[in-house]
Amino acid sequence: MNMLEILRDPNTQWILLGTLLLGLSSGVIGSFAYLRKQSLLGDTLAHAALPGICIVFMLTGVKSISFFLFGAAIAGMIAVFVINVVTKYSRIKQDTALGLVLSAFFGLGIVLLTQIQQSSYGNQSGLDKFLFGQTASMVMSDVYVMMAVSLILILACTLFFKEFKLLSFDPGFAKGIGLPVLLLDYIIMLLIVGAVVIGIQAVGVVLMAALLITPAVSARYWTERLSVMVVLSGIFGMLSGVVGTLLSAAVNNLPTGPLIVLSATVWFMFSLLFAPNRGVVAKLWRRVEAKRKYELIKKLEKQGAHHYE
Amino acid sequence: MNDFWIILVGALVACSCSVVGCFLVIRKIAMVGDAISHSVLPGIVLAFLWSGSRESILILMGAALLGLVTVFLIQLFQNSGVQGDAAIGVVFTSLFTIGVLLVSLYTQQIDFDLDHVLYGEIAYTPWHTMTIAGMDMGPRAVWIVGGSFFINIVLVFVFFKQFKICSFDAALAAAMGIPVMFFHYLLMSLVSVTTVAAFDSVGAILVVGMLIIPAATAYSLTDQLHRMIIISMVMGILSSVVGYYVATALDASISGCMVCVAALFFTLAFLFSPSHGLISRIWRRKVSFKSI
Repeated sequence: MNMLEILRDPNTQWILLGTLLLGLSSGVIGSFAYLRKQSLLGDTLAHAALPGICIVFMLTGVKSISFFLFGAAIAGMIAVFVINVVTKYSRIKQDTALGLVLSAFFGLGIVLLTQIQQSSYGNQSGLDKFLFGQTASMVMSDVYVMMAVSLILILACTLFFKEFKLLSFDPGFAKGIGLPVLLLDYIIMLLIVGAVVIGIQAVGVVLMAALLITPAVSARYWTERLSVMVVLSGIFGMLSGVVGTLLSAAVNNLPTGPLIVLSATVWFMFSLLFAPNRGVVAKLWRRVEAKRKYELIKKLEKQGAHHYE
Repeated sequence: MNDFWIILVGALVACSCSVVGCFLVIRKIAMVGDAISHSVLPGIVLAFLWSGSRESILILMGAALLGLVTVFLIQLFQNSGVQGDAAIGVVFTSLFTIGVLLVSLYTQQIDFDLDHVLYGEIAYTPWHTMTIAGMDMGPRAVWIVGGSFFINIVLVFVFFKQFKICSFDAALAAAMGIPVMFFHYLLMSLVSVTTVAAFDSVGAILVVGMLIIPAATAYSLTDQLHRMIIISMVMGILSSVVGYYVATALDASISGCMVCVAALFFTLAFLFSPSHGLISRIWRRKVSFKSI
């Protein structure tokens, strides 16, 4: 199959639109998460979604994506709340709190999953698809949900850009000039929950973290300005989504989620090596240049000294 | 007898994870444990493809090697200016992705259950026995996890002072002439070996849970490192015993129940710890208000 044929397939078009939006929105919100040192929050929230999905399935007994997303969102919000309470009211630091919530929620999810598998809930196959994601199972209504969530996400990031910027770089100052820091904090976390929830279906629990982290880290290499970084990170995410989906459509037997993450990683490697100022090549070049200059000066000095004698 | 073996494996995993987990919690790098337990996947798959069997020691070595590669890459990116948590995230997700892609590429050639590797079931450990010279030596997992526990306890005991100073004040340690980077990598190799040894028999979720949760519980109960390690080991053993019986009562996943019980213990410590608990904090605040 050539690329044109793939692109003409309406099913692929929907999936392509879905992964594109997912990459864009997680890239955008991921850059704020990166600057606020909350990159791994996405990982925790993705894992924490599992018990939410299981409980919703146990309550309703239907395998409906929108119900599952609702459950995942509720579980994600509870997880955010627990992380905040634990870091605020005990000596536990954020990273430990993240790991704690991740493993505790996921353990609970596994317990519920085994309960579901052993009891007569009927057709439960497909619940475990959430662990690794299944892009191919996305249908039009899922893409509509993704469109709505990513639209809200990007709109919120544009509207609150100044506030988020201040909060990311100097939360103390933000509080000092009277911004509702706690509320904004929860809004950012809620947006991350949103990105995670729409991402779980496409790329799965484990790899969702990559979509939040990798584009943002790659974008950071290219610029020192937040606005440029957010846009670049969104573009990197978008490109990863598109390239991953097309590759998986062109090559049989390869799952889409991992390919999306792999292309994000390739972008990261590219940025790591070739970014203008912070890249490895640029750094090496600067070092070589400095050495050459130094040697030239030394040589000239020597010649000069010789000349004066 | 099977009950005994399962609880023993659970307790050994808990102890061996606690020893290194306490250092991870103190050094604020708890998520490294989570990262390593994911990024060893390509190592396991490659070693499996190479050797063709699941039982081989090669798998353990491949996984341990990938664990070290993970730590090395995280350090490399951190040194080049990427934030610590983001460096962890980038490294483990990309390695895990490579692992998943390898599994799907060779899915015809290998009988490899991804779910089993990640959520490995501790309930099957009594049947994977080891025989040496025709003698039944008991479950393989007991020996592997027990071995990693032994290595951990010996090294931490011998270098306790060094590990302690490096964890609390790396600058002081460097000034005293302790090779800080060496001990960092030594600790990380211990984390990696522990994770891999336990991972094979009980799955990633129990390993991550036991690395972090009992250590966090102990951290809210005491201010002394050696006490913290002991308390966290006790908490881990208690969680695996109680978790096992809860799991048999509910007929649910044993690893999942053990982690849940450990989380329950943490909640209790978070609320009722005499020194750092929520209630004692509120109480102290009230008392100090009154005195004013």
